[in-house]
Amino acid sequence: MSAAPTYDLGKLHGGLRLPGEKSVSTTGPVLQAPIPDQLVLPLTQHVGNPSQPIVGIGEHVLKGQLIADTDGSLGAPVHASSSGKIVAIEPWPVSRRHGATAPCIVIECDGQDQAIETTEIVVDYAQLDPDSLLKKILQGGIVGLGGAVFPTAQKLMQAVTAPLDYLILNGVECEPYISCDDMLMREHAHDVLRGAQILMHALSLSHCHVAVESDKPQAMIALGEALGEIADDRIVLKQVPTIYPSGGEDQLVQLVTNKEVPTGGLPTDVGCVVQNVGTAAAINRWVVHGEPLISRITTITGGGVVQPVNVHARIGTTIADIVHLAGGYTDQANQLVIGGPMTGKSISTDRVPLVKATNCVLVLVDEVPLENPRPCIRCGECAEVCPIQLLPQQLYWFSCADNETKLREFGLTDCIECGCCDLVCPSHIALTADFRMAKARMRELADEKARAKRARQRYETRNLRVLIEQEKRDEELAAQKETAREIGPEAIKAIVARARKKSPGDQDEDI
Amino acid sequence: MDFERRDAPFVTPATDVSSMMREVLYALIPAAIAYVWYFGPGLILNFIVAALFCVAGEAVMLRARGRSVETGLSDFSALVTAALIAFALPALIPWWITATAALFAVVVAKHLYGGLGFNIFNPAMAGYVVVMIAFPLHLNLWAAPDMGDLDYHYLTLFETARYTLTGTFPDYLSFDSISRATPLDTVKAGLRDLRTFEEIRVNPLMGDFGGRGWEWIGNFTAIGGAWLLARKIIRWQIPLGVLAGLLVPSGIAYFLDPGVHASPGFYLFSGGTMLCAFFIATDPVSAATSNKGRLIYGLGVGFLIYAIRRWGSYADGVAFAILLMNLTVPTIDYLTKPHIVGHVKSTQDSQ
Repeated sequence: MSAAPTYDLGKLHGGLRLPGEKSVSTTGPVLQAPIPDQLVLPLTQHVGNPSQPIVGIGEHVLKGQLIADTDGSLGAPVHASSSGKIVAIEPWPVSRRHGATAPCIVIECDGQDQAIETTEIVVDYAQLDPDSLLKKILQGGIVGLGGAVFPTAQKLMQAVTAPLDYLILNGVECEPYISCDDMLMREHAHDVLRGAQILMHALSLSHCHVAVESDKPQAMIALGEALGEIADDRIVLKQVPTIYPSGGEDQLVQLVTNKEVPTGGLPTDVGCVVQNVGTAAAINRWVVHGEPLISRITTITGGGVVQPVNVHARIGTTIADIVHLAGGYTDQANQLVIGGPMTGKSISTDRVPLVKATNCVLVLVDEVPLENPRPCIRCGECAEVCPIQLLPQQLYWFSCADNETKLREFGLTDCIECGCCDLVCPSHIALTADFRMAKARMRELADEKARAKRARQRYETRNLRVLIEQEKRDEELAAQKETAREIGPEAIKAIVARARKKSPGDQDEDI
Repeated sequence: MDFERRDAPFVTPATDVSSMMREVLYALIPAAIAYVWYFGPGLILNFIVAALFCVAGEAVMLRARGRSVETGLSDFSALVTAALIAFALPALIPWWITATAALFAVVVAKHLYGGLGFNIFNPAMAGYVVVMIAFPLHLNLWAAPDMGDLDYHYLTLFETARYTLTGTFPDYLSFDSISRATPLDTVKAGLRDLRTFEEIRVNPLMGDFGGRGWEWIGNFTAIGGAWLLARKIIRWQIPLGVLAGLLVPSGIAYFLDPGVHASPGFYLFSGGTMLCAFFIATDPVSAATSNKGRLIYGLGVGFLIYAIRRWGSYADGVAFAILLMNLTVPTIDYLTKPHIVGHVKSTQDSQ
């Protein structure tokens, strides 16, 4: 018995039907990457503050051992993904959006892959109250694996404070080329659904939608079969149309519930919590099997590798160490992108490690360079495809004019940088890149304003202080004069004479 | 291994301005064939003259403004302007009038307003209106189609070229012998003289529903337009708006009193209606940008064409209708700003 997927979906504006390019990497099973000689584990694999190393250089660590913990603020702990010796804690090239390097813990693997004892870790989550379960999830180093890498436990802790209706598992994976979630659902459907059950328990929710894009029939079948086996009628499978960017968090909420996530708000504002299917599976691995987030499935694909493939690799393995699983680079390979072709980040070296966020390693080949951008002809195609119903052409205009007021009015901050407008622009204007810069400028401006405000406050406070002191001095002076008048000039002369007698040396200085 | 770095997205755009403009030119070919069939090769000569001056004007202006001449010319927008000017002008017209229209269109209406993408007015229509006002005599001389007259003479390429270059005919031809009033003029004059539309229609010049020759040019223009729609180079809102804006008032008037009003079919298939609906009003630069805005813009153009034809002193009204609606575009765009996802709807509506 397998539950039939349902189709009553809300509408999403715009979007693009992009060539999937996914089947190239889903022909075979997920390959297990070997233990590398060296693991590079960045301390910033998540949104929030860097984790603090709790191990020293030279120390021997086991697989699954905590090696860096949060400082109590927003963040996620980091665990060793294999056993070995800590050889360095130093900056290393990474694939983050901002900055080229980050502090990393480097482990020289001993090849034993010896894991820590898990008996103390594994608990029956059904016996835990939601609060303790959330604290438990926090220790697993689990972050949103859809790409945002927001610490999952903290996202959930924030979510439980709002009235909730639905847990939505995001198995949409709408960007071309990427197929790691597809393969995860095909091969580990049980993990995903059990993760959903744990999440429902943690959130005290009894409705879960698992959304899968219509171009993943095999994943849907696998989930359907697994759902039949666990027979949990709180979970409903939903097929969503294959339209980019239906997998964006807010877009998916809109598709599944037909509610718009308010600007600047979160899905919880409309009663939803969205979790990536990979995150759900990772939660299951941690809570039920005691294995923290130390590995993930990632797609190695693109025209620049010989045989696109999905690999299950340890977090911290460098790209250079796993690319051979895809047959290595082809001669034409000339661009390395971490993430998908629409929102991924182009990086200059394959020495970067695979991190929790790395869902795809896309190697692209040389393409015919585009002509220079031409002027905008106001064709409006960008507005046609914008999933937020922005007017990119107007935004571009205002961004060129650096008109911050208009940029805000026309919703620049609502832009999700999906890149749809770039693809349909006949003038080949790099709209998304321009919007990214405009947003950065806006942030800078806001910072500057805040700094200016602080400076003004300081200045005004100082003026006020000076004024008060002056008044105080004036009052004191007035009081002294009053006293002087009261005791009369003779008495004052006597006081002055007495003072001079005490300290004759001061006389000259007084003049 | 080291790699090149770029900005996302890493997918190549599917369209480009050059090929869009080229397809617009191709889409005009059926209409051009019909035009030449009925009114002689003047259209081709006018296009050549207009193209020469549009391209020359564009090149000079691009250079003067310090832009890349090659990039500017390779977008083919100057040729589209030239083609629209050629279609708007009578088939027989001295070259210097065409040249004036072309230069005004490109130099003033396009580049002095900031070049492609920044011009408020449709360049071709601005150029056309200038010569229409400046040279009314030449703009009212239209060659007649073959109506079975014994003295009908299909103008040869040589005769047309001679007139285009010198403004004169060989001795055996005179303008009176080859020109006729256009159907639009005929209807306007006829209705003014208190004749009924049915009486006016008897004139062989009137063809079946939109004027002999003109109705077929209209048909073929619509075919080209349908192709542009199918290729998604234009969207349906503006053509539908223009046609509906013209059809609804003319239909109501004709329904109420068919005697003193021209039929809606006549409005649709005479003059420049189809060209306007599919090729002129759809110029993205000078039209409204949102879908709702485009529908309003189209409706406005259609209604203004109707109003000018019905009450105005000009026979057609396409050019003025376009220029007037061009002026309303910023307002339409402002009023039809789409609802941004996630923003509260009521505040958008109250704006």
